[in-house]
Amino acid sequence: MPGPTPDERMRPKGRRNTQGIRVDPEAEVTHEPRQAVLSALVKHRPGVLSEVSALFSRRQFNIESLTVGPTVDEDTARMTILIEEPEPGIDQAKKQLRKLVPVISVSELEGGAVRRELALVKVSGEKPDDVNAVADMYNGQAVDASTDSVTVEITGSKQKIDAAIEAFKQFDVQEIVRTGAAALERGPNTLEKDV
Amino acid sequence: MSERASVPKEDESAAESEQEPVTTGAQSVIRALENAGTDYVFGVQGGAIMPVYDALYDSDINHVTMAHEQGASHAADAYGIVTGDPGVCFATSGPGATNLVTGIADANMDSDPVIALTGQVPTEFVGNDAFQETDTVGITQPITKESYFASDPDTVGDDVSEAFALADAGRQGPTLVDLPKDVTQGDTEVEPGTPQTPETYDVPEEADDADVQEAAEALAEADRPVILSGGGVIKANASNALREFAMEYEVPVITTMPGIGSFPEDHELSLEWAGMHGTGYANLAITNTDCMLAIGTRFDDRLTGGVDSFAPDAEVIHVDIDPAEISKNVYADYPLVGDAREVLRQLFDAMPRAPDADEWREQCQEWKSEYPMTYDTPDDEPLKPQYVVETFSDMTPDDTIVCTGVGQHQMWASQFWEYTEPRTWVSSHGLGTMGYGVPAAIGAKLAAPDQEVVCFDGDGSFLMTVQGLSVAVREQLDITYVVLNNEAVGMVRQWQDGFYEGRRMASEYPWIPQFDKLAEAFGARGFTLESHDNVEETIQEAREYDGPSVIDAHIDPGENVFPMVPSGGDNGLFALNEAQLDMI
Ligand SMILES: Cc1ncc(C[n+]2csc(CCOP(=O)(O)OP(=O)(O)O)c2C)c(N)n1
Repeated sequence: MPGPTPDERMRPKGRRNTQGIRVDPEAEVTHEPRQAVLSALVKHRPGVLSEVSALFSRRQFNIESLTVGPTVDEDTARMTILIEEPEPGIDQAKKQLRKLVPVISVSELEGGAVRRELALVKVSGEKPDDVNAVADMYNGQAVDASTDSVTVEITGSKQKIDAAIEAFKQFDVQEIVRTGAAALERGPNTLEKDV
Repeated sequence: MSERASVPKEDESAAESEQEPVTTGAQSVIRALENAGTDYVFGVQGGAIMPVYDALYDSDINHVTMAHEQGASHAADAYGIVTGDPGVCFATSGPGATNLVTGIADANMDSDPVIALTGQVPTEFVGNDAFQETDTVGITQPITKESYFASDPDTVGDDVSEAFALADAGRQGPTLVDLPKDVTQGDTEVEPGTPQTPETYDVPEEADDADVQEAAEALAEADRPVILSGGGVIKANASNALREFAMEYEVPVITTMPGIGSFPEDHELSLEWAGMHGTGYANLAITNTDCMLAIGTRFDDRLTGGVDSFAPDAEVIHVDIDPAEISKNVYADYPLVGDAREVLRQLFDAMPRAPDADEWREQCQEWKSEYPMTYDTPDDEPLKPQYVVETFSDMTPDDTIVCTGVGQHQMWASQFWEYTEPRTWVSSHGLGTMGYGVPAAIGAKLAAPDQEVVCFDGDGSFLMTVQGLSVAVREQLDITYVVLNNEAVGMVRQWQDGFYEGRRMASEYPWIPQFDKLAEAFGARGFTLESHDNVEETIQEAREYDGPSVIDAHIDPGENVFPMVPSGGDNGLFALNEAQLDMI
């Protein structure tokens, strides 16, 4: 004799959202995505970058940019990873990163962290003076010039670089390369231990 | 059983009394395994791994040649589950390594300790698409705790030691070391150090005392408390600690499927296991609890159904050794990161009192009587699979180890066998790998030669790794394979009937071989079961046969697995039969 059918069974009123968090059914909370700057110290050895990037793609974290380079310690590299995710996703990203064996430490940099990106923009060399003038406006610098082209270097925030590239479009942009953000905490804090 | 052949050892006694110093990378690899206490290795020979096998020739480690590398990784996996220590498998480069992949991925999903050592083409050819080259590290990186590329004969031993330690440390899992042939052939006198995890790998032991106190108070306050015991409880050897805790504070215990055996199913407090095909009472309790102490579980979706309806009123205390599991799928109100056995001990001491939950326990008992695990009576023909499982369970000692393939038979084996001991349930959960059963039973039997081992398999799953029977025969392993034969990939057919209007595309297998004859062809004993009349006597005969036997049980092909929570569904709304599927 089977017990009560599905609709007749005891059940509670509560609910969880898609992130597994208990919610008040009257006032649904959703976590909006936000941008997070993660800084990771990793062992400087072959395969680390692919391990980290594979982690991000496998877990479907929305990655905006990832930069990597050596630190003063030649066995260690630092990665700066910009992701845009709802809060629980950011938390997961940090924890998953920490799990990787070559990862030494991970922390999220505060909103006020120093963030810089570098872009090289190659434009037509027909109006070198005008190109220089625009470059000046963005604190940029011509780093190479020929009769046919001028290459300008710009560093700064993503917004500044976006704006500069927009401005250079008037000179027929031939090629662009951007690094993605590199970032450091302001003040004396350094990244040695997990924060 | 030794597999060394042909060349007699020159001086047996010298080899036994003292270890010769290593002279090659390969010897260093084997020495690292010896230092770590390896008894068995499962593998298949091949060009790139030959130097390692050659070094194995002089070792006391037993090697079991498998019929396929997938079997090597599954056997190592089962060995790891049953013993708690890493199982080891070997494969050559290229196809050998890729054949291991399924078993490695399986171990990864179930946090089973496995180390895989793969041959690789010589370093100078790596990246040149040389004969039998694949990027094994690249392929396996996402499905291991770490995959190492050994680059130097002087350090290869340490790579293996580290891989061994890492597989076993914290949340267990698979590791791999890829061994280029020149590295294993290369000269070295460097002995591997003692197994140590990498310096960047921290394993938390105890949880923070203040956090434990808060969690204990929340549990003591609960009106409808439950413990959800996952596979991590077994891995942490915390089953006894769990029993003590649950019995002292009288908290009903639900296990996850990998947690089967962590709490005795014949105990009053046991509600058995929850999830898609878990018991009705476990699923009702999980839905209605107001405080869940979840230990060593990753809240897999087969357990939770849709998270929106999972334990929706419960405060969750989550104990896990892996911080990344906390709030990954279900938010933890009280996260306790640490070793399950340690944290259970801490919680035991911190509990201010037992929760006041008489009514709740009565409710749970009432659900047990309302939704008993039943099936149509065994006198019904054709033969019911549940009857076969139940009968077998009644005939065997408590420590009998049950292995399975994946499908309906796996669910019946978990529902109708009564588990009371940890490390007696060996199955593929997270990856759900058909073909797991045959080689897993081999690994399990070698890990526990004194325990009875039975494997319930489906006809589809059995066919996927049936060649492993040759290994069981060669090693004379006393395993009883029971094929619950419904001439179909039954679980798929069940879903087609339930959710695809009965369109049975590619799910019926009316052309399967006679498994009893197949068994005999391999040199095993074969039996056929067609009705319930001789179930007990056939099982008894198969058990008594000293070697592998296969019972081809022709079961009712119309039998389906219930209760069922459809994918993403609400655990409390499980269906008890096909008709109820339409209600939810
Ligand atoms: C390697 C693999 N391929 C396909 C599947 C999909 N699948 C899940 S259960 C199942 C049916 C298994 O059939 P069988 O082994 O005969 O067991 P039964 O369900 O009939 O008991 C299939 C095909 C799987 N889990 N694993």
